[in-house]
Amino acid sequence: MRRHHWIVRLTHWATVIVLAGLIASGLQIYEAYARFGNRGGPYFVSPFDGTQFPHWSRLGGWLAGALNWHFALAWPLVAFGLLYVGYLVRSGEWRALLFRPRDVRGALEMTKYYLHLRREHPPQGKHNPLQKLAYTGVIVLGALAVFTGFAVYKPTQLAWLTALFGGFQAARYWHFWIVWMFVAFTIMHVILVFVVDPASLRAMLTGWYRGRFPSHD
Amino acid sequence: MTDIQTPRRHDATLQDVDRRAFVKLAVAGGAASLVTACGWDGGRLLRPGLLDISRVNDWVGEKILFSPTRLAPTYSTAQRSAKLPSYFISTMTPMLDDPAAWRLRVDGLVAQPLELSLDDLMRLPRVSYTVKHHCVEGWSAIASWHGVPVAAIVERCRPLKAARHISFASFDAGYSNGWDLASALHPQTILAYGMNDNPLPAAHGAPLRLYSPTKLGYKLTKYLVSMTFTDTRPGGYWEDQGYPWFGGI
Ligand code: HEM
Repeated sequence: MRRHHWIVRLTHWATVIVLAGLIASGLQIYEAYARFGNRGGPYFVSPFDGTQFPHWSRLGGWLAGALNWHFALAWPLVAFGLLYVGYLVRSGEWRALLFRPRDVRGALEMTKYYLHLRREHPPQGKHNPLQKLAYTGVIVLGALAVFTGFAVYKPTQLAWLTALFGGFQAARYWHFWIVWMFVAFTIMHVILVFVVDPASLRAMLTGWYRGRFPSHD
Repeated sequence: MTDIQTPRRHDATLQDVDRRAFVKLAVAGGAASLVTACGWDGGRLLRPGLLDISRVNDWVGEKILFSPTRLAPTYSTAQRSAKLPSYFISTMTPMLDDPAAWRLRVDGLVAQPLELSLDDLMRLPRVSYTVKHHCVEGWSAIASWHGVPVAAIVERCRPLKAARHISFASFDAGYSNGWDLASALHPQTILAYGMNDNPLPAAHGAPLRLYSPTKLGYKLTKYLVSMTFTDTRPGGYWEDQGYPWFGGI
């Protein structure tokens, strides 16, 4: 059966590629000043103080090259993000995706299932409540990545936004931490795809689902 | 030809397979090119495109996000940072042989070219503020700056209609920056002869430097010798090497 609209598939895979480029160029930018806080301190607590990330993980070659990649790739991230959210709203799909208070109970049942405290997979719609939580969270994370990005990009013109995140260095700090949240999401997300329902991967590529959870549509 | 009889269903499957293979190839290709791309500034193939997009971003920064009147947040002198790093291009701190002979040259597309000594500049309107300095590298530091607004110079040299930009030049190994007129006329854009209540130190651009909390540090020309009004967009030391030309924050 048909599961994913082409807009969802296009924006999903495009975001994977664009985000990889944004993270890699971001790690190259980070190298130019690998800590957070005004000169002379105090500095924010971070396990990555002074860290130089491995060569293979960085894009741009030097600061200017990385900035140009980063500011170029930010456009498609925003464009695909808006296209995706626009599709969710127009199609009504957001109802199947948005985590709401009434999903809390179901999320607990799903957690029990994953922890083997419950034998049968709880009944669900297109996405189970934990998926809803993760997907809603990652969309919010994407929006935060963009807003903290602007806060760091224009701390004078958008001083109100920068202040909202606690100032320039704090905004840098959050912008950086969002990367690790994306990475954590992606690792869990990919593990779950392969462990729980590899057929969903084909569905995300072709749009058609032929797996063992047809009721999820 | 019997092909005409090809069942539609069959047709669809073939297309499906093709498209699936294509998508897989595209994803794998994208990922692979990213992996080999690391440490890569785009090369001959992509770097020109990236620089073009950087010009689009300059345009957005200049025409949409920049406000000629919005002031940068200011701080109290108690919030000054203990230190502010200083960068220059020369191998040693650039210094004048004869500071008394120094003049700021104002020329190019102006009705009234000027030669201003430090005393001349100090007699002009004075602006003081304590602001946060933002370096393109990601560090920041708070300091106070004292000087004359560029707008006061503009008032006196009277640029011609054709003048759209200013090239600020230094005696630091040919370092220079190109500015748009609107940023230069911002009320917080000054020619600073003082820092933290003292004369501008040699490390920070003595005798005179450009300062503005609307720009990244690399746009703030130190060791100034001239400002030249032009109709075309002047380059700059870092800008010509790929850093964003506008450098506005
Ligand atoms: C940048 C990292 C990623 C982000 C932000 C992300 C985000 C998302 C989102 C928001 C959805 C829900 C789409 C919808 O139904 O509207 C989704 C679904 C999916 N993603 Fe990702 N994804 C990422 C990486 C990956 C990777 C690397 C894979 C490869 C295994 C993958 C495979 C899938 C699959 C198979 C689904 C469909 C799951 C289902 O049917 O419920 N994703 N992803």
